[in-house]
Amino acid sequence: MELQEFINNFAEQFDDIDASALNGSTIFKDLDEWNSLVALSVIAMIDEEYDITLKGNDIISATTVEDLYNIVQSKK
Amino acid sequence: MIIMTYNPYSLEGKTVLVTGASSGIGQSTAIECSKMGASVILTGRNEERLSLTLEKLEGTGHSMIVANLDDETEIEKIVEMASQLNGCVCNAGIGLGTKPAVFYKKKELEQIFTTNTISSILLLKGLVKRKKLINPSSVVFTSSIEGNAITTIGNGMYGMSKAALTAYAKTVALELAPKGIRCNVVTPGMVKTPLTAPTGELTQEQLDADAAKYPLGRYGNPQDIAWGIIYLLSDAACWITGTVLKIDGGITLV
Ligand SMILES: NC(=O)c1ccc[n+]([C@@H]2O[C@H](COP(=O)([O-])OP(=O)(O)OC[C@H]3O[C@@H](n4cnc5c(N)ncnc54)[C@H](OP(=O)(O)O)[C@@H]3O)[C@@H](O)[C@H]2O)c1
Repeated sequence: MELQEFINNFAEQFDDIDASALNGSTIFKDLDEWNSLVALSVIAMIDEEYDITLKGNDIISATTVEDLYNIVQSKK
Repeated sequence: MIIMTYNPYSLEGKTVLVTGASSGIGQSTAIECSKMGASVILTGRNEERLSLTLEKLEGTGHSMIVANLDDETEIEKIVEMASQLNGCVCNAGIGLGTKPAVFYKKKELEQIFTTNTISSILLLKGLVKRKKLINPSSVVFTSSIEGNAITTIGNGMYGMSKAALTAYAKTVALELAPKGIRCNVVTPGMVKTPLTAPTGELTQEQLDADAAKYPLGRYGNPQDIAWGIIYLLSDAACWITGTVLKIDGGITLV
Protein backbone atom coordinates (compact mmCIF):
# COMPACT_ATOMS: atom_id res chain seq x y z
CA MET A 1 0.00 0.00 0.00
CA GLU A 2 1.27 3.42 -0.88
CA LEU A 3 0.52 6.72 0.77
CA GLN A 4 -0.72 8.29 -2.48
CA GLU A 5 -3.13 5.44 -3.13
CA PHE A 6 -4.37 5.77 0.44
CA ILE A 7 -4.87 9.52 -0.03
CA ASN A 8 -6.87 8.85 -3.22
CA ASN A 9 -9.13 6.40 -1.39
CA PHE A 10 -9.45 8.80 1.53
CA ALA A 11 -10.43 11.69 -0.76
CA GLU A 12 -13.12 9.49 -2.39
CA GLN A 13 -15.09 9.67 0.88
CA PHE A 14 -15.65 13.41 0.50
CA ASP A 15 -18.10 14.99 -1.94
CA ASP A 16 -16.23 18.21 -2.66
CA ILE A 17 -12.57 17.48 -2.01
CA ASP A 18 -10.17 16.36 -4.70
CA ALA A 19 -7.22 14.10 -3.89
CA SER A 20 -4.90 16.78 -5.25
CA ALA A 21 -5.97 19.07 -2.41
CA LEU A 22 -4.74 16.56 0.19
CA ASN A 23 -1.34 15.32 1.23
CA GLY A 24 0.12 13.28 4.08
CA SER A 25 0.28 16.23 6.45
CA THR A 26 -3.30 17.42 5.90
CA ILE A 27 -5.08 17.74 9.26
CA PHE A 28 -8.21 15.97 8.13
CA LYS A 29 -10.46 16.90 11.06
CA ASP A 30 -10.01 20.56 10.08
CA LEU A 31 -11.51 19.97 6.65
CA ASP A 32 -14.90 21.68 6.25
CA GLU A 33 -16.55 18.53 5.04
CA TRP A 34 -15.28 16.29 7.88
CA ASN A 35 -18.23 14.87 9.88
CA SER A 36 -19.43 11.63 11.44
CA LEU A 37 -20.72 10.22 8.14
CA VAL A 38 -17.34 10.82 6.48
CA ALA A 39 -15.62 9.23 9.49
CA LEU A 40 -17.82 6.11 9.18
CA SER A 41 -17.15 6.08 5.44
CA VAL A 42 -13.39 6.22 5.99
CA ILE A 43 -13.61 3.30 8.44
CA ALA A 44 -15.73 1.31 5.94
CA MET A 45 -13.36 2.17 3.06
CA ILE A 46 -10.36 0.94 5.06
CA ASP A 47 -12.24 -2.27 5.87
CA GLU A 48 -13.15 -2.81 2.22
CA GLU A 49 -9.85 -1.80 0.58
CA TYR A 50 -7.32 -2.97 3.17
CA ASP A 51 -9.28 -5.55 5.16
CA ILE A 52 -8.48 -3.74 8.40
CA THR A 53 -11.04 -2.84 11.05
CA LEU A 54 -10.38 0.52 12.65
CA LYS A 55 -12.04 1.69 15.83
CA GLY A 56 -13.39 5.18 16.46
CA ASN A 57 -10.44 5.61 18.84
CA ASP A 58 -8.01 5.13 15.94
CA ILE A 59 -9.67 8.03 14.17
CA ILE A 60 -9.58 10.11 17.35
CA SER A 61 -5.87 9.45 17.88
CA ALA A 62 -4.90 10.38 14.30
CA THR A 63 -4.34 14.02 13.34
CA THR A 64 -3.00 13.91 9.78
CA VAL A 65 -3.85 11.70 6.83
CA GLU A 66 -0.42 10.13 7.17
CA ASP A 67 -1.11 9.29 10.86
CA LEU A 68 -4.13 7.33 9.69
CA TYR A 69 -2.09 5.67 6.94
CA ASN A 70 0.48 4.63 9.55
CA ILE A 71 -2.20 3.19 11.84
CA VAL A 72 -3.51 1.11 8.93
CA GLN A 73 0.05 0.00 8.08
CA SER A 74 0.71 -1.00 11.69
CA LYS A 75 -2.34 -3.28 11.71
CA LYS A 76 -1.43 -5.08 8.51
CA MET B 1 -51.40 -10.14 57.10
CA ILE B 2 -52.93 -9.34 53.75
CA ILE B 3 -52.28 -11.98 51.10
CA MET B 4 -52.29 -10.42 47.64
CA THR B 5 -54.11 -12.72 45.27
CA TYR B 6 -55.33 -10.22 42.70
CA ASN B 7 -52.66 -9.86 40.04
CA PRO B 8 -53.68 -9.69 36.37
CA TYR B 9 -50.00 -9.30 35.45
CA SER B 10 -49.06 -12.68 36.89
CA LEU B 11 -47.63 -15.40 34.63
CA GLU B 12 -48.56 -18.14 37.11
CA GLY B 13 -49.30 -21.38 35.26
CA LYS B 14 -48.01 -20.13 31.93
CA THR B 15 -45.21 -21.63 29.86
CA VAL B 16 -43.10 -19.12 27.92
CA LEU B 17 -40.40 -19.72 25.28
CA VAL B 18 -37.67 -17.04 25.22
CA THR B 19 -35.11 -16.75 22.38
CA GLY B 20 -31.80 -15.03 22.98
CA ALA B 21 -32.10 -16.13 26.62
CA SER B 22 -28.35 -16.56 27.09
CA SER B 23 -27.65 -12.83 27.36
CA GLY B 24 -28.94 -9.31 27.93
CA ILE B 25 -32.62 -8.55 27.48
CA GLY B 26 -33.58 -12.19 26.82
CA GLN B 27 -31.81 -13.40 29.94
CA SER B 28 -33.47 -10.75 32.07
CA THR B 29 -36.86 -11.50 30.50
CA ALA B 30 -36.48 -15.21 31.30
CA ILE B 31 -35.54 -14.48 34.92
CA GLU B 32 -38.35 -11.96 35.43
CA CYS B 33 -40.90 -14.32 33.81
CA SER B 34 -39.87 -17.03 36.27
CA LYS B 35 -40.28 -14.58 39.16
CA MET B 36 -43.79 -13.86 37.88
CA GLY B 37 -44.59 -17.57 38.06
CA ALA B 38 -43.95 -18.80 34.52
CA SER B 39 -42.23 -22.01 33.45
CA VAL B 40 -39.61 -20.86 30.98
CA ILE B 41 -38.06 -22.62 27.98
CA LEU B 42 -34.75 -20.93 27.22
CA THR B 43 -33.04 -20.97 23.88
CA GLY B 44 -29.75 -19.59 22.51
CA ARG B 45 -26.55 -20.84 20.89
CA ASN B 46 -24.15 -20.64 23.82
CA GLU B 47 -24.77 -23.61 26.11
CA GLU B 48 -22.64 -22.29 28.97
CA ARG B 49 -24.40 -18.91 29.18
CA LEU B 50 -27.78 -20.55 28.67
CA SER B 51 -27.08 -22.83 31.66
CA LEU B 52 -26.18 -19.76 33.72
CA THR B 53 -29.58 -18.27 32.90
CA LEU B 54 -31.25 -21.56 33.83
CA GLU B 55 -29.53 -21.47 37.23
CA LYS B 56 -30.82 -17.96 37.86
CA LEU B 57 -34.49 -18.86 37.28
CA GLU B 58 -36.86 -19.08 40.23
CA GLY B 59 -39.33 -21.91 40.68
CA THR B 60 -39.42 -25.17 38.78
CA GLY B 61 -40.36 -26.65 35.42
CA HIS B 62 -37.79 -24.74 33.36
CA SER B 63 -35.74 -26.15 30.50
CA MET B 64 -33.29 -25.11 27.79
CA ILE B 65 -32.74 -25.85 24.12
CA VAL B 66 -29.37 -25.04 22.53
CA ALA B 67 -30.00 -24.00 18.92
CA ASN B 68 -28.80 -21.66 16.20
CA LEU B 69 -31.75 -19.71 14.80
CA ASP B 70 -29.86 -19.03 11.54
CA ASP B 71 -30.36 -22.71 10.72
CA GLU B 72 -33.84 -23.80 9.67
CA THR B 73 -33.39 -27.37 10.91
CA GLU B 74 -32.44 -26.05 14.35
CA ILE B 75 -35.55 -23.85 14.40
CA GLU B 76 -37.48 -27.04 13.65
CA LYS B 77 -35.71 -28.66 16.63
CA ILE B 78 -36.94 -25.88 18.94
CA VAL B 79 -40.49 -26.27 17.62
CA GLU B 80 -40.27 -30.04 18.08
CA MET B 81 -38.92 -29.87 21.63
CA ALA B 82 -41.19 -27.08 22.89
CA SER B 83 -44.21 -28.03 24.98
CA GLN B 84 -47.58 -26.27 24.66
CA LEU B 85 -46.95 -22.54 25.07
CA ASN B 86 -48.89 -19.62 26.49
CA GLY B 87 -46.20 -17.22 25.39
CA CYS B 88 -43.22 -16.79 23.09
CA VAL B 89 -40.64 -13.98 23.17
CA CYS B 90 -38.82 -13.62 19.83
CA ASN B 91 -35.89 -11.66 21.12
CA ALA B 92 -32.64 -13.02 19.64
CA GLY B 93 -30.83 -10.48 17.53
CA ILE B 94 -27.48 -9.11 16.44
CA GLY B 95 -25.90 -5.79 15.49
CA LEU B 96 -23.29 -5.82 12.73
CA GLY B 97 -21.48 -2.63 13.51
CA THR B 98 -22.18 0.67 11.82
CA LYS B 99 -21.46 1.57 8.23
CA PRO B 100 -22.86 3.90 5.58
CA ALA B 101 -25.33 2.43 3.09
CA VAL B 102 -22.97 2.67 0.12
CA PHE B 103 -20.72 0.08 1.78
CA TYR B 104 -23.32 -2.64 2.50
CA LYS B 105 -22.40 -6.10 1.29
CA LYS B 106 -24.90 -8.74 0.17
CA LYS B 107 -23.53 -11.21 2.72
CA GLU B 108 -24.03 -8.75 5.59
CA LEU B 109 -27.57 -7.94 4.48
CA GLU B 110 -28.38 -11.63 4.31
CA GLN B 111 -26.87 -12.22 7.74
CA ILE B 112 -28.74 -9.44 9.51
CA PHE B 113 -32.09 -10.29 7.97
CA THR B 114 -31.57 -14.00 8.63
CA THR B 115 -30.93 -13.52 12.35
CA ASN B 116 -33.03 -10.46 13.17
CA THR B 117 -36.07 -11.00 10.98
CA ILE B 118 -36.37 -14.33 9.19
CA SER B 119 -35.50 -16.50 12.21
CA SER B 120 -38.46 -15.13 14.20
CA ILE B 121 -40.79 -15.49 11.21
CA LEU B 122 -39.83 -19.15 10.72
CA LEU B 123 -39.99 -19.92 14.43
CA LEU B 124 -43.52 -18.55 14.72
CA LYS B 125 -44.54 -20.34 11.53
CA GLY B 126 -43.35 -23.64 13.00
CA LEU B 127 -45.02 -23.05 16.37
CA VAL B 128 -48.34 -22.23 14.73
CA LYS B 129 -48.20 -25.13 12.27
CA ARG B 130 -47.45 -27.58 15.08
CA LYS B 131 -50.16 -25.98 17.23
CA LYS B 132 -47.71 -25.26 20.04
CA LEU B 133 -49.29 -21.90 20.87
CA ILE B 134 -52.55 -22.43 22.72
CA ASN B 135 -55.67 -20.25 22.52
CA PRO B 136 -55.22 -17.72 24.06
CA SER B 137 -51.49 -17.01 23.88
CA SER B 138 -49.12 -14.10 23.37
CA VAL B 139 -46.08 -13.53 21.17
CA VAL B 140 -43.74 -10.59 21.79
CA PHE B 141 -41.02 -9.44 19.37
CA THR B 142 -38.02 -7.40 20.45
CA SER B 143 -37.59 -4.81 17.74
CA SER B 144 -35.85 -1.44 18.32
CA ILE B 145 -36.53 2.28 18.13
CA GLU B 146 -33.88 2.21 15.38
CA GLY B 147 -35.66 1.84 12.04
CA ASN B 148 -39.05 2.22 13.74
CA ALA B 149 -38.97 5.60 15.49
CA ILE B 150 -35.51 6.95 14.76
CA THR B 151 -32.99 6.81 11.93
CA THR B 152 -29.29 7.25 12.61
CA ILE B 153 -26.36 7.40 10.25
CA GLY B 154 -24.59 4.06 9.92
CA ASN B 155 -27.34 1.93 11.49
CA GLY B 156 -29.37 1.21 8.37
CA MET B 157 -28.90 -2.55 8.11
CA TYR B 158 -29.93 -3.08 11.72
CA GLY B 159 -32.81 -0.59 11.39
CA MET B 160 -34.17 -2.23 8.24
CA SER B 161 -34.16 -5.66 9.85
CA LYS B 162 -36.03 -4.32 12.87
CA ALA B 163 -38.54 -2.28 10.83
CA ALA B 164 -39.26 -5.41 8.78
CA LEU B 165 -39.79 -7.38 11.99
CA THR B 166 -42.33 -4.82 13.20
CA ALA B 167 -44.18 -4.82 9.87
CA TYR B 168 -44.32 -8.63 9.96
CA ALA B 169 -45.58 -8.60 13.56
CA LYS B 170 -48.53 -6.40 12.61
CA THR B 171 -49.55 -8.62 9.70
CA VAL B 172 -49.26 -11.79 11.70
CA ALA B 173 -51.17 -10.17 14.59
CA LEU B 174 -54.07 -9.74 12.20
CA GLU B 175 -53.79 -13.22 10.73
CA LEU B 176 -53.43 -15.06 14.04
CA ALA B 177 -56.09 -13.13 15.96
CA PRO B 178 -58.78 -15.73 15.08
CA LYS B 179 -56.59 -18.36 16.76
CA GLY B 180 -56.40 -16.25 19.92
CA ILE B 181 -52.69 -15.60 19.41
CA ARG B 182 -51.79 -11.98 20.21
CA CYS B 183 -48.64 -10.53 18.60
CA ASN B 184 -46.98 -7.38 19.89
CA VAL B 185 -43.68 -5.57 19.62
CA VAL B 186 -41.42 -3.75 22.04
CA THR B 187 -39.01 -1.14 20.68
CA PRO B 188 -36.26 -0.47 23.21
CA GLY B 189 -33.95 2.52 23.23
CA MET B 190 -30.32 2.03 24.20
CA VAL B 191 -30.06 -0.74 26.83
CA LYS B 192 -26.88 -1.75 28.61
CA THR B 193 -26.17 -5.33 27.44
CA PRO B 194 -23.22 -7.17 25.83
CA LEU B 195 -24.68 -6.09 22.46
CA THR B 196 -24.07 -2.44 23.25
CA ALA B 197 -20.99 -2.80 25.48
CA PRO B 198 -18.45 -0.07 24.68
CA THR B 199 -15.98 -1.32 22.05
CA GLY B 200 -13.69 1.68 22.10
CA GLU B 201 -15.52 3.37 19.23
CA LEU B 202 -16.83 5.97 21.63
CA THR B 203 -15.06 7.31 24.69
CA GLN B 204 -16.65 7.07 28.15
CA GLU B 205 -17.29 10.85 28.09
CA GLN B 206 -19.14 10.50 24.78
CA LEU B 207 -21.23 7.66 26.20
CA ASP B 208 -22.06 9.59 29.38
CA ALA B 209 -23.06 12.61 27.30
CA ASP B 210 -25.29 10.41 25.13
CA ALA B 211 -26.97 8.78 28.15
CA ALA B 212 -27.61 12.26 29.59
CA LYS B 213 -29.72 13.07 26.51
CA TYR B 214 -32.35 10.58 27.69
CA PRO B 215 -35.18 12.53 29.37
CA LEU B 216 -35.28 9.92 32.15
CA GLY B 217 -31.57 10.48 32.67
CA ARG B 218 -29.98 7.16 31.78
CA TYR B 219 -29.69 4.26 29.35
CA GLY B 220 -32.04 1.34 29.94
CA ASN B 221 -31.44 -1.75 32.02
CA PRO B 222 -32.49 -5.15 30.61
CA GLN B 223 -35.21 -5.39 33.29
CA ASP B 224 -36.86 -2.20 32.00
CA ILE B 225 -37.58 -4.07 28.76
CA ALA B 226 -38.39 -7.38 30.46
CA TRP B 227 -41.20 -5.77 32.45
CA GLY B 228 -42.80 -4.37 29.29
CA ILE B 229 -42.58 -7.79 27.67
CA ILE B 230 -44.17 -9.39 30.75
CA TYR B 231 -47.08 -6.97 30.53
CA LEU B 232 -47.70 -8.00 26.92
CA LEU B 233 -47.42 -11.70 27.83
CA SER B 234 -49.85 -11.38 30.73
CA ASP B 235 -53.64 -11.55 30.74
CA ALA B 236 -53.66 -7.83 31.57
CA ALA B 237 -52.88 -7.27 27.87
CA CYS B 238 -55.61 -9.66 26.67
CA TRP B 239 -57.17 -7.01 24.38
CA ILE B 240 -53.88 -5.80 22.91
CA THR B 241 -52.56 -7.08 19.61
CA GLY B 242 -50.45 -5.49 16.87
CA THR B 243 -49.20 -2.78 19.19
CA VAL B 244 -45.70 -1.32 19.25
CA LEU B 245 -44.62 -0.44 22.78
CA LYS B 246 -41.78 2.05 22.92
CA ILE B 247 -39.58 1.56 26.00
CA ASP B 248 -36.92 4.19 25.58
CA GLY B 249 -36.59 6.53 28.57
CA GLY B 250 -38.27 9.21 26.47
CA ILE B 251 -35.41 9.58 23.96
CA THR B 252 -37.70 9.65 20.93
CA LEU B 253 -39.46 12.72 22.36
CA VAL B 254 -36.37 14.88 22.00
N1 LIG C 1 -29.33 -3.54 23.88
C1 LIG C 1 -29.98 -2.60 23.23
O1 LIG C 1 -29.70 -1.41 23.36
C2 LIG C 1 -31.12 -2.97 22.31
C3 LIG C 1 -31.93 -1.91 21.82
C4 LIG C 1 -32.99 -2.21 20.98
C5 LIG C 1 -33.22 -3.53 20.62
N2 LIG C 1 -32.41 -4.53 21.09
C6 LIG C 1 -32.72 -5.90 20.67
O2 LIG C 1 -32.93 -6.70 21.81
C7 LIG C 1 -32.61 -8.05 21.52
C8 LIG C 1 -31.67 -8.58 22.57
O3 LIG C 1 -30.49 -7.79 22.53
P1 LIG C 1 -29.44 -7.73 23.73
O4 LIG C 1 -29.05 -6.32 23.85
O5 LIG C 1 -29.94 -8.47 24.89
O6 LIG C 1 -28.22 -8.48 23.01
P2 LIG C 1 -27.22 -9.64 23.52
O7 LIG C 1 -26.92 -9.45 24.95
O8 LIG C 1 -26.13 -9.64 22.53
O9 LIG C 1 -28.10 -10.95 23.35
C9 LIG C 1 -28.47 -11.43 22.09
C10 LIG C 1 -29.07 -12.80 22.25
O10 LIG C 1 -29.46 -13.27 20.94
C11 LIG C 1 -28.97 -14.56 20.78
N3 LIG C 1 -28.66 -14.85 19.38
C12 LIG C 1 -27.99 -14.06 18.49
N4 LIG C 1 -27.87 -14.69 17.32
C13 LIG C 1 -28.46 -15.91 17.46
C14 LIG C 1 -28.64 -17.03 16.61
N5 LIG C 1 -28.18 -17.04 15.34
N6 LIG C 1 -29.29 -18.11 17.08
C15 LIG C 1 -29.74 -18.13 18.35
N7 LIG C 1 -29.60 -17.12 19.22
C16 LIG C 1 -28.96 -16.02 18.77
C17 LIG C 1 -27.71 -14.64 21.63
O11 LIG C 1 -27.50 -15.97 21.98
P3 LIG C 1 -26.04 -16.69 21.93
O12 LIG C 1 -25.04 -15.66 22.32
O13 LIG C 1 -26.18 -17.81 22.89
O14 LIG C 1 -25.89 -17.14 20.55
C18 LIG C 1 -28.10 -13.79 22.82
O15 LIG C 1 -28.75 -14.58 23.78
C19 LIG C 1 -32.00 -8.04 20.11
O16 LIG C 1 -32.98 -8.43 19.18
C20 LIG C 1 -31.60 -6.60 19.92
O17 LIG C 1 -31.58 -6.24 18.57
C21 LIG C 1 -31.38 -4.27 21.93
